[in-house]
Amino acid sequence: MSKKPEVHQLPSFWERNRRSHGYLLRKEARSKAYKLFRFLLLFAICFLILHPILDKLSVSLMEERDLYDSSITSIPRHVTLDNYRITSEQIYYPQALVNTLWIAALVSVLQVAACTLVAYGFARFQFPLKKLWFAAVVLVIIVPPQTISTSLYLRFRYFDILGLFQLFTGKTQNLRGSSIPYYLMSITCMGLKDGLYIYMLRQFFASVPVSLEEAAYVDGCSVSRTFWQVILPEAFPIIVSCLLFAFVWQWTDTFYSRLFLGGNTLLSMQVSGIADRIGNYFSTQLGIATSLGRRQQFVSTATLMVIAPLLLIYLFAQKSFVESISTSGMKM
Amino acid sequence: MSTAKPGKKHRMNVRTRRAVYGYLFISPFIIGFLVFMIRPLFTSLWFSLCSLGPDQIDAAGFHPVPNGIANYLKAFTIDPEFNRLMVDEITRILTHTLAILAISLMIAIILNQEFKGRALVRAIFFLPVILSSGVLVGLETNNSLMQSIQSAIQSNASFQLSDSVMSILRLSGLGTGILDIVADVISQVQDIVMASGIQIIVFLTGLQSIPGSLYEAADIEGCTRWESFCKITFPLISPLLIVNIIYSVIDFFMKTDNQIMDKINTTMVVNMDYGFASAMAWIYFAVVIVIIGVSSGIVSLLRGGVGTYE
Repeated sequence: MSKKPEVHQLPSFWERNRRSHGYLLRKEARSKAYKLFRFLLLFAICFLILHPILDKLSVSLMEERDLYDSSITSIPRHVTLDNYRITSEQIYYPQALVNTLWIAALVSVLQVAACTLVAYGFARFQFPLKKLWFAAVVLVIIVPPQTISTSLYLRFRYFDILGLFQLFTGKTQNLRGSSIPYYLMSITCMGLKDGLYIYMLRQFFASVPVSLEEAAYVDGCSVSRTFWQVILPEAFPIIVSCLLFAFVWQWTDTFYSRLFLGGNTLLSMQVSGIADRIGNYFSTQLGIATSLGRRQQFVSTATLMVIAPLLLIYLFAQKSFVESISTSGMKM
Repeated sequence: MSTAKPGKKHRMNVRTRRAVYGYLFISPFIIGFLVFMIRPLFTSLWFSLCSLGPDQIDAAGFHPVPNGIANYLKAFTIDPEFNRLMVDEITRILTHTLAILAISLMIAIILNQEFKGRALVRAIFFLPVILSSGVLVGLETNNSLMQSIQSAIQSNASFQLSDSVMSILRLSGLGTGILDIVADVISQVQDIVMASGIQIIVFLTGLQSIPGSLYEAADIEGCTRWESFCKITFPLISPLLIVNIIYSVIDFFMKTDNQIMDKINTTMVVNMDYGFASAMAWIYFAVVIVIIGVSSGIVSLLRGGVGTYE
């Protein structure tokens, strides 16, 4: 190395590059190029993800004439909130919002409560036929809900307990549109994506050290008390993230909602027919034909109004969504 | 299952008691599985082997009439669009699942590195978990009206990724066959990115659990990046490949732009032909099981004798 007293100071970059016969320069160049590539890639994908939202936001704020103005691409010139007002009237937004909030909260709490119990049972106890029952969980995950929907549909349409209703009233009970069967399904782990929650929670419980429970047992805790006071606080983060997933997926679900919750005004149901409803509204109430672009504008507005509460939740609970799943370790 | 407290004379031993508790804990699942899964599953299988249309349903209830495999024959030989839709859907599942696996693995590897603004990028990348669920997917592609709107709007809008790429490629004089494939892939990139939120999280989890010392050792031994990917990263996260394959495939069930599901729902709700709807749903289910089975087989073959980590 150099003879100067400041030995610890590295020689200049070019000096080091010369000594390494150009290896250093190549390495630096490669790493810089990779960083640039990575930046471009990430930027492009972030753009792909955010673009539809931004696009909808700008379209939803435009007046109708802005839609046809080819000089306006993304920033509206005449800003208006009329689209929001009309959409809100058409999808009964306040009522639908309250209903959806209530049902999504109730269903997700029922689902996650049941799944937590079941997952703990699978993770910590040895019992006969355990493998078989866990295979059943996997089966629940991979059976398309449509496969059983025909029979569920008819079952609840012509509901009858052992022919009792038929005997007394002469006809069967129509439970379609009643939400009770769906609550029953949620509390017995057969709701939307419940198999997945069982799987996630089981992975988490399996990673909690057994010694924690053993200590509780030695101190005279019963199994149920150990579960309540030792295990549940430990599992709080993963339970919260399961709750968030259940809430969000229930919020946007149409399949189960159409099958069981038809009697309620729900956002996901209201928004799925919005284009045609707006067309009707304009032609019958105002006597104006709506252009395709105009209807699309209302679809964008409605979509934004549906996802706005979810985005708000995501903003505050982003960590719970991502981090706790990573720490739970979804391993096979 | 007895919940009776053990009598003083013959206490249950610890193992039996634990087993009883185990069954108590999973009892909600057992009840739900028997009532809302096994029974409907068999009923629906039975329906698919019956003729159960509007004629067999009256105010009092429904009366299926067995008619063998007629519904299945109808699906494959008589119905004009089922075969085409099925082939389309299977192709879509296969190509999308492969693309989702590749893209989410790549993104997970990148997100596992250190760089500025990683938290923000992560937050954006997992946004699709919310945005691509349920009604939100295909809200715009769902009805035929909307499809014409989309093309109308896109011809006005500034953002036309696939078209601009197409024109570049045309100028460069590539054959139209390749052109179509490239355009197809590019126009699907958004769908694929939007569908890979959970998969990225799963892969990221796996990557984070691989000790860094393994890579250091490989580096010292003179492995290239590519070699250490093939010999370390891939074998260690391959168990997660199966998780992700299953997740990606089942994600297609609930997508509102799934044409098969659409057809099943229409057959059921509009035409009230429950027998035929059940038969189609069972065919779809069988195909899904085959896809999952075969891909799990392939993955475990690829893994070969490499041990799993636990």
